[in-house]
Amino acid sequence: MSVNEMTAKEVARKVIHKDELFILDVRNESDFNDWKIEGENIAVMNTPYFDLLDGVEEILDKIPADKEVLVVCAKEGSSLLIAEMLSDAGRSVSYLKGGMKAWSEHLEPVKIGDLSNGGVIYQFVRLGKGCLSYMVVSDGEAAIIDSTRMTDVYLEFADHIDATITHVLDTHLHADHISGGRQIAKKTNAAYWLPPKDAAEVQFEYQPLEDGNVVTIGNTAIAIHALYSPGHTIGSTSFVIDEKYLLSGDILFIDSIGRPDLAGLAEDWVGDLRETLYSRYRQLSDELIVLPSHFMIIEELNDNGSVARKLGTLLAENHGLNMTDEKEFRAMVTGNLPPQPHAYQEIRETNMGKITPDNEKQREMEIGPNRCAVR
Amino acid sequence: MNAHKVLDAQGLACPMPIVKTKKAMNELQTGQVLEIHATDKGAKADLAAWSKSGGHEWLQSTEENGVFKFWIKKG
Repeated sequence: MSVNEMTAKEVARKVIHKDELFILDVRNESDFNDWKIEGENIAVMNTPYFDLLDGVEEILDKIPADKEVLVVCAKEGSSLLIAEMLSDAGRSVSYLKGGMKAWSEHLEPVKIGDLSNGGVIYQFVRLGKGCLSYMVVSDGEAAIIDSTRMTDVYLEFADHIDATITHVLDTHLHADHISGGRQIAKKTNAAYWLPPKDAAEVQFEYQPLEDGNVVTIGNTAIAIHALYSPGHTIGSTSFVIDEKYLLSGDILFIDSIGRPDLAGLAEDWVGDLRETLYSRYRQLSDELIVLPSHFMIIEELNDNGSVARKLGTLLAENHGLNMTDEKEFRAMVTGNLPPQPHAYQEIRETNMGKITPDNEKQREMEIGPNRCAVR
Repeated sequence: MNAHKVLDAQGLACPMPIVKTKKAMNELQTGQVLEIHATDKGAKADLAAWSKSGGHEWLQSTEENGVFKFWIKKG
């Protein structure tokens, strides 16, 4: 039987369309438990490749013959080996091209909606890591917000829609992924905006993004209003775009809220986080559509693959927004913290420009889930 | 550490370090030690897990200038 190659993009489409897929993940158990491909109709089985070197007979009856089967490993080599063994045993299977490395790096662009005067906002969904970034387009100009290090994806997308990137913004100094903001700004001569309170130690020039700043995209003026919203980091800033969308950064997610400890000061910042979520955000219109910088679980995805909800809905349904007792809130966000993201200190230093790891090292620093939230 | 055999798996990508380790291990007697040199970062976790599932004893690992060295005692 044949061994087929499946790309990360094809897997992304299956996740979004809720297609059925059976995944045999042949990485070691701890890597698998840390992080895997998830989807509503995706079944996953973990058997490390090194336990299958003598043959796949033992697992054959656990692998459905009537479903599409994908073998996955870290980089590709082991999945190809096991896929070939399954093929020799008479099964038709695929392997994931580029492995979990490619899955971690794949970005799926999804149109969120139209803006006034012909503008459009797109969300780039990084399914493998739960990161969300944005492109706001108006009149041939584009702004990119919270970009990942896969800068070519944004540059090619902008080129494809005939837009020139003029502004690049980060809502805060990221600790879970390496920002591509500075690289994109360098390549396109765009302005790179960062909240100065998060940028005290950065080693490069930037435009200070402060409360009340308005960044205009295109001649028809799609306005990005900066709204100071500390809590995840001291500088965290949200954006209101076209009076319709609230880019909430890592402050508010769909089913969780931002964690205040990744820059080391949970106890100090929990008060800011509460102020932002329980006071500042409540002064905004319920009709705003919240567009966060992360999702945690695949159930947060809408049917078209986007991650977006009305602020009014979140105010009613998000547990982190409905804790009237401030003590209880403090206990949850300081006492209930999940493990910190892999290599988060090095990621912060990279985003400050203090260290410059090569591509392979950057890739390795980002492996695993994002863990920016508390629930 | 004294090894009965040294396996050079430098420059090899996954799954080859383990495939070669397994083969080299088959040629050793119980209680003998295999020393492995590898450059694939993923090899460490995989070899450690493989040793455990195969009943071997993971003795030690070092890293120097991007070269990993592992010592495994055949179980």
